[in-house]
Amino acid sequence: MPSDLTATAAPAPPGPLRAFWRAFRGNRGAVMGLVVVSLIFFVAIFASVLAPHDPLEQFRGFSKLPPFWVKGSDPRFLLGTDAVGRDMLSRLMYGARVSLFIGLAVMVVSMLAGVALGLAAAFFGGLVDVLIIRVMDLIMAIPSLVLAILIIAIIGPNLTNTIVAVTIVGLPRYVRLVRASALAELTKDYVTAAKVSGVRKFRLMTVTVLPNCLAPLIVQAALGLSDAILEAAGLGFLGLGAQPPTPEWGAMLADTRDLMISHPWVMAFPGLAILTTVLAINLMGDGLRDALDPRLRRS
Amino acid sequence: MFRFLLKRLALTIPTFIALMFITFVMIRLVPGDPIEVRKGERGISPERLAQLRHEMGLDQPVWKQFLDYANGLLHGDFGTSIISKAPVLHEFLTLFPATLELTLSAMIFAIVLGIPAGVIAASRRGGVYDQTLMGLALTGYSMPIFWWGLILILLMSNTLGLTPVSGRVDLIKFYYEPVTGFMLIDSLLSGQKGAFLDAVHHLILPMIVLGTVPLAVIARMTRSSMLEVLEEDYVRTARAKGLSWARVVGIHALRNALIPVVTVIGLQVGGLLAGAVLTETIFSWPGVGKWLIESINRRDYPALQGGIMLIAGIVIVVNLLVDMLYGLINPRIRHAK
Amino acid sequence: MALLDIEDLEVTFRTSSGQFRAVDGVSLHVDAGEVLAIVGESGSGKSVAMLAVMGLLPWTAQVSARRMAFEGRDLLGLTARERRKIIGKDIAMIFQEPTSSLNPCFTVGFQITEALRTHLGLDHRACQTRAAELLQLVGIPAPEQRLKAFPHQLSGGMNQRVMIAIAIACNPKLLIADEPTTALDVTIQAQILELLVKLQADTGMGLVLITHSMGVVAETARRVSVQYAGQKVEEQTVADLFRDPRHPYTAALLAALPERAVGRRLPSIPGVVPGQFDRPPGCLFAPRCALATPLCHTTPPPRREGALCHYPLHDGIAQGHPGRKETAA
Repeated sequence: MPSDLTATAAPAPPGPLRAFWRAFRGNRGAVMGLVVVSLIFFVAIFASVLAPHDPLEQFRGFSKLPPFWVKGSDPRFLLGTDAVGRDMLSRLMYGARVSLFIGLAVMVVSMLAGVALGLAAAFFGGLVDVLIIRVMDLIMAIPSLVLAILIIAIIGPNLTNTIVAVTIVGLPRYVRLVRASALAELTKDYVTAAKVSGVRKFRLMTVTVLPNCLAPLIVQAALGLSDAILEAAGLGFLGLGAQPPTPEWGAMLADTRDLMISHPWVMAFPGLAILTTVLAINLMGDGLRDALDPRLRRS
Repeated sequence: MFRFLLKRLALTIPTFIALMFITFVMIRLVPGDPIEVRKGERGISPERLAQLRHEMGLDQPVWKQFLDYANGLLHGDFGTSIISKAPVLHEFLTLFPATLELTLSAMIFAIVLGIPAGVIAASRRGGVYDQTLMGLALTGYSMPIFWWGLILILLMSNTLGLTPVSGRVDLIKFYYEPVTGFMLIDSLLSGQKGAFLDAVHHLILPMIVLGTVPLAVIARMTRSSMLEVLEEDYVRTARAKGLSWARVVGIHALRNALIPVVTVIGLQVGGLLAGAVLTETIFSWPGVGKWLIESINRRDYPALQGGIMLIAGIVIVVNLLVDMLYGLINPRIRHAK
Repeated sequence: MALLDIEDLEVTFRTSSGQFRAVDGVSLHVDAGEVLAIVGESGSGKSVAMLAVMGLLPWTAQVSARRMAFEGRDLLGLTARERRKIIGKDIAMIFQEPTSSLNPCFTVGFQITEALRTHLGLDHRACQTRAAELLQLVGIPAPEQRLKAFPHQLSGGMNQRVMIAIAIACNPKLLIADEPTTALDVTIQAQILELLVKLQADTGMGLVLITHSMGVVAETARRVSVQYAGQKVEEQTVADLFRDPRHPYTAALLAALPERAVGRRLPSIPGVVPGQFDRPPGCLFAPRCALATPLCHTTPPPRREGALCHYPLHDGIAQGHPGRKETAA
């Protein structure tokens, strides 16, 4: 067969990575999300360089200043100051650090624990499976925030415990996802082939099956990141998350109710920061899902 | 179908037992028991403390406490609030209608707007409507609702003066005894002029705030489910019959697309109750969410314990109901043995 | 006047990696009361062409044709509403997968009566009677009870009978059957084919039978059009085609029939139909053709003696072929 002729006649089909990138790039929202997320990460990492002030420093006599476009603002405090005269912009920048740290920590721990428990449930089956799934059902039966509140009530409110609580609350989704995709993969012929050729169980779990469950897991991780940030902010708002004076976005909102009418921006900015971050991550997550799901990619 | 239900019901029993065990153990782990808190009170004698401890059963071995607790639960005794001295079940049931009213109206709000939004977006795939609706949905999905509540209060109540800021009804203007616990119904029963409208006014903002995330979830789910169904062979068959686009989408596709949407609606119940905690806190809505937060702050274990058991029970029962509904709209499951 | 008349039909799909032409300059016509078979491997664009006639292609498809007319009416120029009056009434179609082609959420009765109500405006009672009658006609026993059944309660063969009942509900003038037996058990296949042929003969409707099986063609059709990679490579009456295939592809397809095999091993055609990324510049069949010359690889073939080929066969001899070989089959 003169295959050299056919090869030159038409463009070569794109490779998987390139096809993924092409699909992702074609999604304007996803690219926008990626840009915003990168920007927020940049700000979070370099907060100490970028922030004009110490986030905890209280400037006496400069409290409740409005942002720069409102009359009566001070050019040194671009986004104004809060009730005790701390610079809003600096607090928001450091807040990005706190929120992203919580989100990433939750994501990494959930991924590791989710993969371990999910694979164990899928591969060992029987009692292990039943036990893991029952516990996950139990966690799912209690509304997420209520369970997080319960956990915080027991272990006390602080940053680390926020991570613990939010991780536990979000874990079932990772476990069930890994278990379901592993079970689906296990029925496929390539797994049977690997089994027949004598691949050991641990290797089968990690090397053969796991990579094929990754696509949905990556999407779940992106959505889990935004969920974790929201959940942690909610706890902060209730006074059960990061404690003052930590510049956590949710906690920053908690004591703005009295100022809300007279100084609305003190309340507006932290919420806007949460919304922007979560929205950007979700946009990116949607783009990831569409790009990784070959059924939807075609159109 | 019946056996399927029984099986599902049986599966919830171990969940409940584990739930009992875990809430019990967790609450025991809380640092600072209520007696310790009372030590600070002036003029309380050690004898009185011991007596209090005995009254609450806190001097018993832990396993005995658990058995007593479990036995009590089976007889409908969810413990007694340490602060109010009222049975937890009674307190819960007094407050629950407020939460139910709020969550139900939020859910109806979300379904009534979410499903049409998803259908419109799917049938105009890639168009302006689709992009706008889905942009809004993703924003709603990403919304920190505690902030959303504050913003809406700022806009609607303080700036425009359209809606009240907190509570369920204006208690200065209207007073009537609760009959059903649902303010909308009670206000009508009271016969007082304007009471119903006032209750509606109070409900609107919390309903929107709590309904926003489910609305977004339902709209997104409806859209993606519709898109998937629209690719199915039977939709092609329906089109091959020469049916109108509205009939193909609204009857043939929607009926199938709703199956996963119903599941998602069921899954939203847990999220709604979690959101109710925040919403009720913001709007001073006297429901179980606010009560739960207050219980934590007062270290009222039995209230927390009982409250969480009851909420989890509700979520489990609702999920069971959703499974039944699922069978009703999906004939393939209805006829399975 | 031909019932269905298509000239130079082209269907192009937009995909994320560029345009893909699924149907490439296909012309065909069907007369009233005639059975036309369209044969080709999967991927040859035979279903796509008929879906284009029905207007059922997804939104990523672009359809153009010099002429696509039904009973002299230009189908491409019609509005969606006007077209829907024809689709399902005068032109009906049945599909490959009967079970997934029926809506799982509705009863068989609902799905049959829907077409009756839409196009004929029958009332409930008349619909029920007619639906039962239709089920009887397609050979389903106890039709009154079956009307209340859901598709998942019936077998694949039964479901295909239901599909046929839906299709013939409004006495169509043209029925398009897209691989109606492929997904069924072998024993059921013959029954369904027999049913289709009988219905065609009884009602005098035109029938387009899309299939990949030469066996099905021999049993049912009078005229046959062979498609390859979106192009019509040959069209003849069935008898002539089996006796004297003009295109090397047809010859190879026929040679692959077990009944016609000469040697001890069943011959097959090497390779697969070219897709989006390996479309040859010359004759599309050249990479798989035993008779291909350098000319075939570089230049698109002309249509000679009813075949799209540089060297059409005549009694097994490739006309004008430099090698003067016998047929490769």
